[in-house]
Amino acid sequence: MSGPMKMRATLAAGYTDVRVLMTHPMTTAQSNQPLHFIQSVTVKQNGRTVVEAQISQAVSRNPVFTFRLKGGAKGDKIEVSWLDNKGESNKIEASVA
Amino acid sequence: MRLLVSLVCALPLAAFAQDAKKEIEKYQQMLGEGSPAELWEVQGEELWKKPQGPKKASLERCDLGLGPGKVAGAYARLPRYFKDTDKVQDLESRLVSCMTELQGRSPKEATQRVFGNADRPAEMEYLVAYIVGQSRGHKMAVPNSHPKERAAYELGKKVFFYRAGTWDFSCASCHGETDKRIRMQDLPVLSEREGAQKAYTTWPAYRVSNSQLKTMQWRINDCYRQMRYPEPEFASEATIALTHFMAVTANGAPYRGPGTKR
Amino acid sequence: MRVLTFALALAAPLALAEPSARHVEEIHVRDFHTKGIVKREAVAQDGILRICTITNDRPPAALAQVLEADQLKTIPFPAGSLMGDWKRGENIAQSGRGMTWTDPAGTPNGGSCYNCHQLAAKEISFGTLGPTLLAFGKKRGSGADVQKYVYGKIYNAKAYNACSQMPRLGWSGTLTEQQIRDLVAYLLDPASPVNQ
Repeated sequence: MSGPMKMRATLAAGYTDVRVLMTHPMTTAQSNQPLHFIQSVTVKQNGRTVVEAQISQAVSRNPVFTFRLKGGAKGDKIEVSWLDNKGESNKIEASVA
Repeated sequence: MRLLVSLVCALPLAAFAQDAKKEIEKYQQMLGEGSPAELWEVQGEELWKKPQGPKKASLERCDLGLGPGKVAGAYARLPRYFKDTDKVQDLESRLVSCMTELQGRSPKEATQRVFGNADRPAEMEYLVAYIVGQSRGHKMAVPNSHPKERAAYELGKKVFFYRAGTWDFSCASCHGETDKRIRMQDLPVLSEREGAQKAYTTWPAYRVSNSQLKTMQWRINDCYRQMRYPEPEFASEATIALTHFMAVTANGAPYRGPGTKR
Repeated sequence: MRVLTFALALAAPLALAEPSARHVEEIHVRDFHTKGIVKREAVAQDGILRICTITNDRPPAALAQVLEADQLKTIPFPAGSLMGDWKRGENIAQSGRGMTWTDPAGTPNGGSCYNCHQLAAKEISFGTLGPTLLAFGKKRGSGADVQKYVYGKIYNAKAYNACSQMPRLGWSGTLTEQQIRDLVAYLLDPASPVNQ
């Protein structure tokens, strides 16, 4: 039921730039519809959890997350996954370019 | 004394407006670096390849002007004249042609729902995102040599300056003079090179405030709505001519879309 | 030789490729349709818009005067004071509602004034398509003549400038007599934020 995700991870000087696009309605308490929003986002680098984010209804539909990881090397496996309040989830994996 | 006071009061407002402009530019730069529009491109490519209709065919043999199936750079050369339909067509009308010819779908079914919403985008919107994304970086090179292309250009120019509707507007009423804005929205002069190049190369676009990808046909449609006109027919001669006029005027600039807007 | 000339004569209109004003209007009537409260007929031009289109909004002065006099005749100036309530006027100036095909019939329309004009100093979200109206009443007073001018301008701007880009807000049925009075007050009343 989840829409597509897209991710780009590129190596810069001393850090890795990660950009993730997620498809999600992020329906908030302001609408008349049942709540449906991403509650947590987890980032793993080569299998090790490096980011655990608790996010809220304040984030808009189809979120775009951009963040930096210290260090990293070409070919590193980055995995980003999310879990929403309905228990739905999605994830994407990419190698650092 | 009064004059001095009013001058001093004017400055903070001007400075505020400049700060606001800088922040907007920063926001637009961020949007350009990663946009939900790319998710529409991904789904558009899937729909392009999906067998549909009575003929159970995909759109992969669709000729967008560069030959069957050639998608890279095609949007930067639209609208253009097509021999098989003997008319100038924009992207949306060409997709409808391919849906009817290749997939055997009826024109009515293909155009039934061309504008979607945030909860359910339209097939047309996904396809448009995919196709225009494949022209990213390509120089605008919309042809204007075939007699029907020239006629569309001249008609489009007339449409741009045609004054009508309940409020007597033409496109030029808002997009006719440099450095004008409506409320806080800057208005590019679309009938001249600089404005056309700036604006045309970032449409179609994902509209953050609506969470939707909006096509060029939608953009024209919604302009006319706000101009207090009746509704234009989807992919009508008038709208295609108008698109052709603006696209030719934008020639030479690299196409950047799909864009991301407020 | 005759055949060649004849062929060239036929080819000439295609080579020019510029459609006639009538043809352009016909295309509009054909390609637009009624939706919601906006009728297809709205896309046909009246005399003054036809002239404005043909002359690129710059008709010769003598013709402009005739057109303006014509438009002036359409304005039903109310008797007595033309000043309404500036507080209501402010809401009308801020509101961009009405007259589109998504607006339900019967809802009160706004004047969309801030779309194009600066009015009160405190409102920074204003357009620049029209001239600033900051301190309008302060500069001109609020006598009967000024009231009449403002009322007339809002009702039918083309009575004062033949090819004005400003909509004919009264004539088109966008604003009621009372709404225009309220806008007159918003512009001219010394207590109005426009004049602070």
